[in-house]
Amino acid sequence: MSADVGTPAPLATGAPAPLPEDAGQWTARIRRRAVGAFPPERLLPDRQPAYVASWIYVFGVLTLTSLAVVALSGAVLALEGPSWWHQSRVGLFVNSTHLWSVELFFFFMVVHLWGKFFMAAWRGRRRATWITGVVSFIVSVGTAFTGYLSQQNFDSQWIGTQAKDGINATGAGAFFNVLNFGQMLMWHILLLPLVLGLIVVVHVLLVRKRGVVPPFPAKTAAAPALAGDVAPAPAATGGEKIGEQQ
Amino acid sequence: MPMLSADQAASRVFGAIVNLGGPGTYLHWGFIQISLANFLVIVVMVVVFLAAILLPFPHRGGPRS
Repeated sequence: MSADVGTPAPLATGAPAPLPEDAGQWTARIRRRAVGAFPPERLLPDRQPAYVASWIYVFGVLTLTSLAVVALSGAVLALEGPSWWHQSRVGLFVNSTHLWSVELFFFFMVVHLWGKFFMAAWRGRRRATWITGVVSFIVSVGTAFTGYLSQQNFDSQWIGTQAKDGINATGAGAFFNVLNFGQMLMWHILLLPLVLGLIVVVHVLLVRKRGVVPPFPAKTAAAPALAGDVAPAPAATGGEKIGEQQ
Repeated sequence: MPMLSADQAASRVFGAIVNLGGPGTYLHWGFIQISLANFLVIVVMVVVFLAAILLPFPHRGGPRS
């Protein structure tokens, strides 16, 4: 009995191996590029370089964690609605959780920003990582701003009436009216979180691709430090095991 | 002595630390004006930033120098 040559052997994942004639398909091209850029061992490494064992490297993860709490509490608020978060005890608690997780998000993000700025974290072909971080910070400010406008209290009224002239002076008032509650709410719960989420995903993928920026080399008399050209950290081949950093 | 509810007890404790019932306190340095609350948050951020740089990171066998 001859073997069925039309059926390729299955891969380790259980999926059938791609046929050679399918190599030109767009799905195959995207898959090859994705696996080439983000091999699984780099996407989810077991170890990090030894220099990552410092408190200053913790604030990126803390920022992501608080962002997750922001998103989850915001999703609960969206499910239950304004009368719930204004009037019920649990609603008030989730509303406060949403607010304070945002406060912590900005707190951690700014400390993360300071740390990366003084490390010159754009070194070693990490410019895109730095830029996506800066852009995500700016978009976060806009998301928080529309959130403060959506509070439905005197604070949001004050912020809206104080901001309108400044926003209108930029010309953005034509499509971004801070006195339009419904529009601000939609910016806050759909448009800006979507943009922010995409940028954060790209930022984290770039961190995985280029590696965490190393500290500046120590200056010695024999070998003066050259801060400008630090190559990206190699894929986690040594250094600290993540579990040992806890 | 009457029993306090959880809300009343919490408001007494935290109300003693920060009085949110009145107008905020603002600091002025020339053209710079900032609320005391925002100023304190910035101070805490700077302290946390310096602590993150200076404090040793714990390892399984104890902190390394």
